[in-house]
Amino acid sequence: MIARQTRDAVAIRFAGDSGDGMQLTGSQFTVETALAGNDLATFPDFPAEIRAPAGTTFGVSSFQIHFGSTDILTAGDELDVLVAMNPAALKVNLQDLRVGGTIIADAGAFTERNLTKAGFPANPLDDGTLGRYQVLQLDISKLTLDAVAGHGLGTKEAHRCRNLWALGLMLWMYGRDRRATAEWVERRFAGRPELARANLAALNAGHAYGETAELGSPVAAYTVAPAEAQPGRYRTVTGTEAIAWGLVAGARAAGLDRVVFAGYPITPASAILHTLAGLKAHGVVTFQAEDEIAAICAAIGAAYAGALGVTSSSGPGMALKTEALGLAIATELPLVVIDSQRAGPSTGMPTKPEQSDLFQAVHGRNADAPLPVLAPATPSDCFAVAIEAVRLATRYMTPVIVLSDGYLAHAAEPWRLPDVEALPRFPVRFRTDAAGFHPFVRDPVTLARAWALPGTPGLAHRIGGLEKDYDSGHISYDPDNHQRMTRARAAKIAGIANDIPPQAVQLGETRGALAVVGWGSTYGAIQEAVRQARADGLAVSHIHLRHLAPFPRNLGELLAGFERILVPEMNNGQLVALLRGAYLVPAVGLNKVAGKPFRVSEVAAAIRARLDRKREAGSGKRKAKGGVR
Amino acid sequence: MTATAQPGPQRLAPKDYGSDQEVRWCPGCGDYAILKAMQRTLAEIGADPDRTVFVSGIGCAARFPYYVSTYGFHSIHGRAPAIATGVKLANPELDVWVVTGDGDALSIGGNHTLHVLRRNVDLQIVLFNNEIYGLTKGQYSPTSRRGTRSPSTPQGSIEAPVSPCGFALGAGARFVARSIDTHQAHLVDTLKRAQAHRGASFVEVLQNCVVYNDGAFAEVTEKEVAPDRQLHVRHGEPLRFGADRRRGLRLRPGTVALEVVPVGEQGVTENDVLRHDETNRILATLLASLEPPGFPMAFGVLYCDPAATYEADVHAQLAAARAAGRADLGALLHSGHTWVVG
Repeated sequence: MIARQTRDAVAIRFAGDSGDGMQLTGSQFTVETALAGNDLATFPDFPAEIRAPAGTTFGVSSFQIHFGSTDILTAGDELDVLVAMNPAALKVNLQDLRVGGTIIADAGAFTERNLTKAGFPANPLDDGTLGRYQVLQLDISKLTLDAVAGHGLGTKEAHRCRNLWALGLMLWMYGRDRRATAEWVERRFAGRPELARANLAALNAGHAYGETAELGSPVAAYTVAPAEAQPGRYRTVTGTEAIAWGLVAGARAAGLDRVVFAGYPITPASAILHTLAGLKAHGVVTFQAEDEIAAICAAIGAAYAGALGVTSSSGPGMALKTEALGLAIATELPLVVIDSQRAGPSTGMPTKPEQSDLFQAVHGRNADAPLPVLAPATPSDCFAVAIEAVRLATRYMTPVIVLSDGYLAHAAEPWRLPDVEALPRFPVRFRTDAAGFHPFVRDPVTLARAWALPGTPGLAHRIGGLEKDYDSGHISYDPDNHQRMTRARAAKIAGIANDIPPQAVQLGETRGALAVVGWGSTYGAIQEAVRQARADGLAVSHIHLRHLAPFPRNLGELLAGFERILVPEMNNGQLVALLRGAYLVPAVGLNKVAGKPFRVSEVAAAIRARLDRKREAGSGKRKAKGGVR
Repeated sequence: MTATAQPGPQRLAPKDYGSDQEVRWCPGCGDYAILKAMQRTLAEIGADPDRTVFVSGIGCAARFPYYVSTYGFHSIHGRAPAIATGVKLANPELDVWVVTGDGDALSIGGNHTLHVLRRNVDLQIVLFNNEIYGLTKGQYSPTSRRGTRSPSTPQGSIEAPVSPCGFALGAGARFVARSIDTHQAHLVDTLKRAQAHRGASFVEVLQNCVVYNDGAFAEVTEKEVAPDRQLHVRHGEPLRFGADRRRGLRLRPGTVALEVVPVGEQGVTENDVLRHDETNRILATLLASLEPPGFPMAFGVLYCDPAATYEADVHAQLAAARAAGRADLGALLHSGHTWVVG
C-alpha cells in the first residue's frame, strides 16, 4: 500500500491532439472526481479545426479540471499536473504549469517527426529544459499497445486506446474509482465489444501501472478529501445542459406544453440544439433551420401560435437575427434567445470564449428597441437564468436575450439538484375573452399586451411590424401615437426592474473602498480574487450582475457607496461603459480579450493596483496639503 | 389543408372574409382581384376565420393579411415561410397561407422559399408576380425580363429572370400551379386546389402592377391573344390550346423537348398530343418553362404529387418520444451519475 500525500486542491490539464480523445478523458475524470465528492470546475479548450494535422500545435486540444476539498470557483490559474500526449501538447501548455509542477508525457509520442512539427529543436524530455518541473516520462504508446494486445485491434485502433491508459493512471494517482468510466466504456462501445474490452484493458493497465510500478520519488499518489457541501443530491452539469433543462423547466413553470427551439449550427451554440433534440418526450420540438434568420423567425412564428419559442446562436448569428428581434419587439411576442458568445469580430476565434456581445444584446438593433438581457454566472446558474428568461418573456411579452459564452457552454461543475416541485411557477394566461379585446390591449401593471392565439374563437386579429394604434392595434402613422407607443415599449421593459430582485453584494459590505462588478462567466475568478483580497484585509466587495438590462433598481445607489469601481470583463470595456452611462460613476475596466477566462491572479493584481493607487492618491493629497502649509 | 369549418347554418359569404381595414393598394392594382378571389375561395371552402392564418413578408402583396378577417401576421421581408413554419410547428391544426411577391419570395427570401418547399410544410404559398418592385417605387425584380428599364436599370436590366414555377419545381415542391389575377374563376379553382393539397402548395399569380409595370403580361392575358398564348392544363386531358383548341403539344421526336403541332392537320391526331399528367415532375418542368412567342404559357395545376408533410412527421416523432418516455423533469435532472452529500 502506498502512502498517499494529501492535497487541498489540484489542477490537471489533459492535452493532446484533437484526435486523441482528451475531451472524453477529461469528462470521465470529472465524473469520477465528482463522485468522489470534490468540488470542481472544468475548462475544455479545443481548436476550431475538427482534425487539424496530427502533431501540430494548432491541433492541440485540452481539458482542464480543478478539484479540491475546498470551494472551487475556477478551473485554476496554474496547473499542478500537465498530461502531454505529444510534443505539441507540451509546447502549447507548458507555460501554464507552475514551477515544480508535474509533467506526465507519453515519451513514445516524442518522435523526431513530432518534435519537429511542434518546433522543438531537441527532445525537451532529455535536454534538461524541463529542469524546473518534475517529469514522468512513460512510453504510454507502447504500454497501451502491450495492454490491448490480444483484443484483435489493428495498430491504429489500439493506439487510440492510450487516452484510457493515461486516464487509468491519473485515476490511480488521485485515488479515484473507475466504475463510472467502465460503465461509460461499455455503453459507448456497445456495438463493438472488442473495442470495449480493449479500452477497459487500457484503463486497467494504466491504473495497475501506478499501483505496481516504481514511479520514482518525485511523483506520488495523492488524496484529495471530499469538499464540504450542503446536504443534498448532486450531479455535474455543463452550461449547455443547464440551459436546455432550464428551458424545459421554464416552459413547465409557464404552463406551456410545447417548446419550439429553432437553431442553425454554429460554434459554440450547437450543443444546445443537440441537447434539446433529445428531449422530445418533454414536448420539445427542435427545428434545424436553413439559416439564422429562419431560426429566429420560426421561433417567433411558434410563439405567435402559443409555444415557447426559443432560438440560440453565437455573435455572428445574433447579428443576422437582429431584424427579426425588432419584429418580436414590435409585435410584442415572447421569445428566448440564447447567445453563446465567442471571440470576434466576424468569425474571430469560434471556440474561444469572450463577453463581447453585451453592446449587441443591449443596443444592437435599429430604432428604439429595448429588451431584457440576462447573464448566467456559472454552468449551474444557467438553469435558473433560463427559467428567469422564460418568466420575463412570457410575463412581459418580449424577446429576452441570455448571454452565455463558450466557456460556460462547455465547463462543468457539481450542482445540488433543485427540488423540482419547489421551482417557481408563473402560468401564462392566454387571452380568450373577446370583450374589449384588441391585440395591443395592455395589462395595467406589466404593460404587456394580450397573448391571443390563432385558433381562439372570436379573437381573429392582425399583427405586424408596422406601427399600430395604441388604442385599437390597427396600423397607425399618427405622430403622437408613435411617440406614445415608443414610450410604452420602453416603459414596459424598464418596469421589469421592479419585478427582479434588488442587486445583492455577492461578497463583502455594501459600502467600501472598492467594488468589483462583474457579469457572466467571470464570476469564479472575481469571487476568488475578492476573497483573497479580503483575507488580506482589503475593503473590497464583489457585485455580480445577472440582469444587465434593465439594471436592478438599486444598482446606482449601491455603486454610489463605493469609492472605486473595477469592472473585469472579457471584452474591451462594455459593461463599464453601460454603468458609467447609466449612473455617471467613475468605474474603470479590467479588460481581457485573449480567448481565455481571467486568472484569479489577474483580477487580484488589478484589485491591489486600484487600492494602491487609491492610497498613493490619498498620500499625494496629504503631501499637497502639506505643501500649502 | 386543415381547419375548414363544417358547412352549416353560419356559412360565411365572401364579404365576411374582408376585414374592417381600408385597403391601401393603388386603384386598379391586380391585388384587388386576388383579394376578391381569395375571399371567394375562403367562402367556398367554408374556412373558419379563427383557424386560418395569413402570413406575409414585405411588399405590396404583404399587406394582404390586414384585409382578410382571419388571423394574420405581417412580418419582415422574405421571412414569411420561416414564420409560417414556426406557426405549423406550434399548432399543426391551423390552416396557413403565405402571401408573397416576386422580390419577397425569390430575392430576399429565396432561401426560405426553397426550404419550406423541400420540407413540404403543409401550407399554401401564393406568389403575386408582377415582375417589379412596387413598394420601393419601381426597381427591376428577380422575375423582370432582360432589358427591363427601371430607376435602377436605366439602360435596361442585364439579368436573366428566375421562373417562379421552375424554381418551385427545382426546390422539390409537390404542388405547383399558375393563374392570373383577373381570371377569377380560374384563380378561385386554383386556390381551392392548393388549399386542398396536403403539403406545401405553390401558386404563382400573374399580377398586373398598374403603376410601375402596367401590361407586363398583356401579351399573354389580353383577350385577343389569350387563346393562342394560354395553355390551360387539366389532369388527364390533352395539352391543347388556340382558337377551337386546334393546336397541341407533343414531344419532339428524337429529343426531350415540347413542340407545337396543329391537331387534325399534317397527319397529327389528338392521340399524338401529350395528355397532362400532374404527377409527372418532368412534364411539369417542361410546362413551367413555356413562354411566348414560341409557346403558350401554361396555367392551372402543373404538378400535384402529395408526400408526407414536415409537421406531420415532426409531430409523429414527438408523439413516439412521448409514448416511450415520461416527461418528468425530476427524472431528467437525476439522469446519469448523481451522488448524495450529508
